[in-house]
Amino acid sequence: METVWFIIVSVMIAAYVVLDGFDLGAGIIYLIVGKTIDERRKVLRSIGPVWDGNEVWLLAAGGSLYFAYPQLYASAFSGFYLPLMMVLWLLMLRGIGIELRAHMDNPVWRGFFDVIFSVASALLAIFFGAALGNVIRGVPLNPDGYFFEPLWTNFKLGTQPGILDWYTVMAGVVALVTLTAHGALYVALKTDGELSDRTRRVALSVWPVQLAVTLISLVATWFVRPSIKTNYLAYPIGFLIPTVVFASLALMFVWTRRGQEMRAFLASCVYITGMLVGAVFALYPVVLPASTDPALSLTIYTAAAGHHGLWVGLIWWVFGMILALGYFIFVYRMFRGKVQLEGEGY
Amino acid sequence: MDSPLLIHRLHFAFTVTFHYLFPQLTMGLAPLIVILKTLALRRNDETYNQAARFWARIFGINFVIGVVTGIPMEFQFGTNWAVFSRFAGGVIGQTLAMEGMFAFFLESAFLGLFLYGEKRLSPRAHWWSAVAVFLGSWLSGFFIIVTDAWMQHPVGYAKAADGSVQLSSFWELVLNPWAWWQYAHNMSGAVITGAFVMASVGAFYLLWGKFQEHGKIFVRVGVIAGLISSVTQLFPTGDGQGVLIAKHQPVTLAAMEALFESGPGAPLVLIGQPDIAQRRIDNPLIIPKMLSFLTYRAWEAEVRGLNAFPPDMWPDNIPLLYFSYHIMVGLGTIFIAVMVIAALLLWRGKLFSARWMLWILLLSLPFPYIANTAGWTTAEIGRQPWLVYGLMRTSSGYSHMVSAGNGWITFLGFLGMYMVLGILFLFLVRREIENGPAAETAASH
Repeated sequence: METVWFIIVSVMIAAYVVLDGFDLGAGIIYLIVGKTIDERRKVLRSIGPVWDGNEVWLLAAGGSLYFAYPQLYASAFSGFYLPLMMVLWLLMLRGIGIELRAHMDNPVWRGFFDVIFSVASALLAIFFGAALGNVIRGVPLNPDGYFFEPLWTNFKLGTQPGILDWYTVMAGVVALVTLTAHGALYVALKTDGELSDRTRRVALSVWPVQLAVTLISLVATWFVRPSIKTNYLAYPIGFLIPTVVFASLALMFVWTRRGQEMRAFLASCVYITGMLVGAVFALYPVVLPASTDPALSLTIYTAAAGHHGLWVGLIWWVFGMILALGYFIFVYRMFRGKVQLEGEGY
Repeated sequence: MDSPLLIHRLHFAFTVTFHYLFPQLTMGLAPLIVILKTLALRRNDETYNQAARFWARIFGINFVIGVVTGIPMEFQFGTNWAVFSRFAGGVIGQTLAMEGMFAFFLESAFLGLFLYGEKRLSPRAHWWSAVAVFLGSWLSGFFIIVTDAWMQHPVGYAKAADGSVQLSSFWELVLNPWAWWQYAHNMSGAVITGAFVMASVGAFYLLWGKFQEHGKIFVRVGVIAGLISSVTQLFPTGDGQGVLIAKHQPVTLAAMEALFESGPGAPLVLIGQPDIAQRRIDNPLIIPKMLSFLTYRAWEAEVRGLNAFPPDMWPDNIPLLYFSYHIMVGLGTIFIAVMVIAALLLWRGKLFSARWMLWILLLSLPFPYIANTAGWTTAEIGRQPWLVYGLMRTSSGYSHMVSAGNGWITFLGFLGMYMVLGILFLFLVRREIENGPAAETAASH
């Protein structure tokens, strides 16, 4: 049961990163590719009807995490107190940036919210990457299962690291680069003409960087957390994951070059999912490694809620997920195709 | 003032109080917008569609602020109340996760269609999108209330070996009688806010002399909905909630009423300031024996006062509890009076020319917000000193790893951020009201 929920929560987090990832990415490239007012409106319209729904995956994943692993939620959220509060402020700024921007037709007003939206999107990508980096690297858990990390200490690894050290900063960069490409491919897919071409060129020029940081991050992770190889050596089928990661990365390049936007975007989805699956595969059954003493790490067994509750949750989760997927398919179908500026709505 | 407990309480209290200013209008307006959409379909009258669109625009702005201030609430269970989350997550994780799965997905999927999809959808499909948003917002409220009701009156749980509580019966949790009374009371309160806001804006247009037709619709719908919800707020929902408090939280009842001494024929205090140290009420205005009657339907019934309980079981801020409760009840009574008079005038066909009454409706706008806030303060301060009633004290539930310094800096951050949000909200809503319901400028990306 603990394992089932480990998979469910991982799937929901992956869904969040893939979905909200492209609208975060659209925000990152927003000021770069949107040269005119109309182009910016097109970028916004491409994510407008869906960004809020995508962000709900964060809340739903957070809720499921809280439900399935209360101790992990308690420990991680209080331990990552400061960066999480900043994430909240960034989410707020980004939300009002998108939604309130159009309420007044004034260049100063629009320009202000444009910058808010784009900067908040980029910072969120970095924060989320650094958060994942922290979870992989491990946190200074006490024997009572809690910890508190300052924002930074000396940027080195060790038993008492900060939120930011060289490894987590690198993870933040990986996330920034990945979501930039992801968002660019989505915008290229949803727009046409000069804007689409320009966005595609952004994706192409980011690609070598993405390849480089992917390689660096894999090597760095190998050194930072040597225990990641345990699961891979025990279940060699796991080596399929890095294979998929690199194959999808290669296909991203090929398909972007050929202008096959839908395929390139899907390859990026697979790449992101592969990176995340690779990480959780290495961690399992640990959910929060301790940098202090491996024995203090939180595992799915120590952090999970009671069995009866997990069973009940499984029933409503399946039901709720079917409904949610239904809404998503419906909304994405309603707003399928390239965005147009004419007419009402997004 | 530098204790971590204090700042974690302030942190949650401030963010949740500010947050709830917005969902109460969301949940209150949603059914009223469905009514306007229904009237538009039935009567085939474009004025009703314009009215619905106008409120949809206000709803949209309100909803954005509600969403962005709502995200911190879920986070704070972990960030600021980690020990509580570890203790109770096995139970309330259910309802919080269900809110995301069943309410947020529904709401977010259909809100975009409802706000911006009117031309893409048939009138009937657009009506359904309004209903879906209404359902989503009311479901969201339901799961939150079930969560809070469990903290007020824990049911359906079992103690685990590690000291935490775990779910033992899902149906007991969801069918908690406390939850259903509290939900009814809370939703009725939300409709009061929606109705008063709608009537107030309508009265403003009528007094201003612009958008007369829309103004009349707003006042008519607002007054009828306001009358119904003001009455249901008192009876049966408020009464039902009160009976539960008397039964399960008698010390809270004593503190709310500032009843220091137990006794038969307990009086009801209408006005007066409680002096906790002297255990008396300054300049009281009381109705003899009324509290006994209201609580137990018997004039001579024995009501337990604060002296019947050890002081460490008393709510830790009795004056705030007492005043919140009295402000809530006082305003609730005034709402009924205002809406009864307005409804009589409406029935006699005199309301739209009765300027004095329109002024009263216009100026009543802030008071439902105050009453709803006071009501929630009564519920949450009344639960003290418990975080989960009878199971966990508030003083042992906060994140002990998060120092007061870290708590203060993020609290100050939220103060600043919410000030900006509040100003933006007022600014944008003021523009919409001034542009009026006839304007066709739906803001889109």
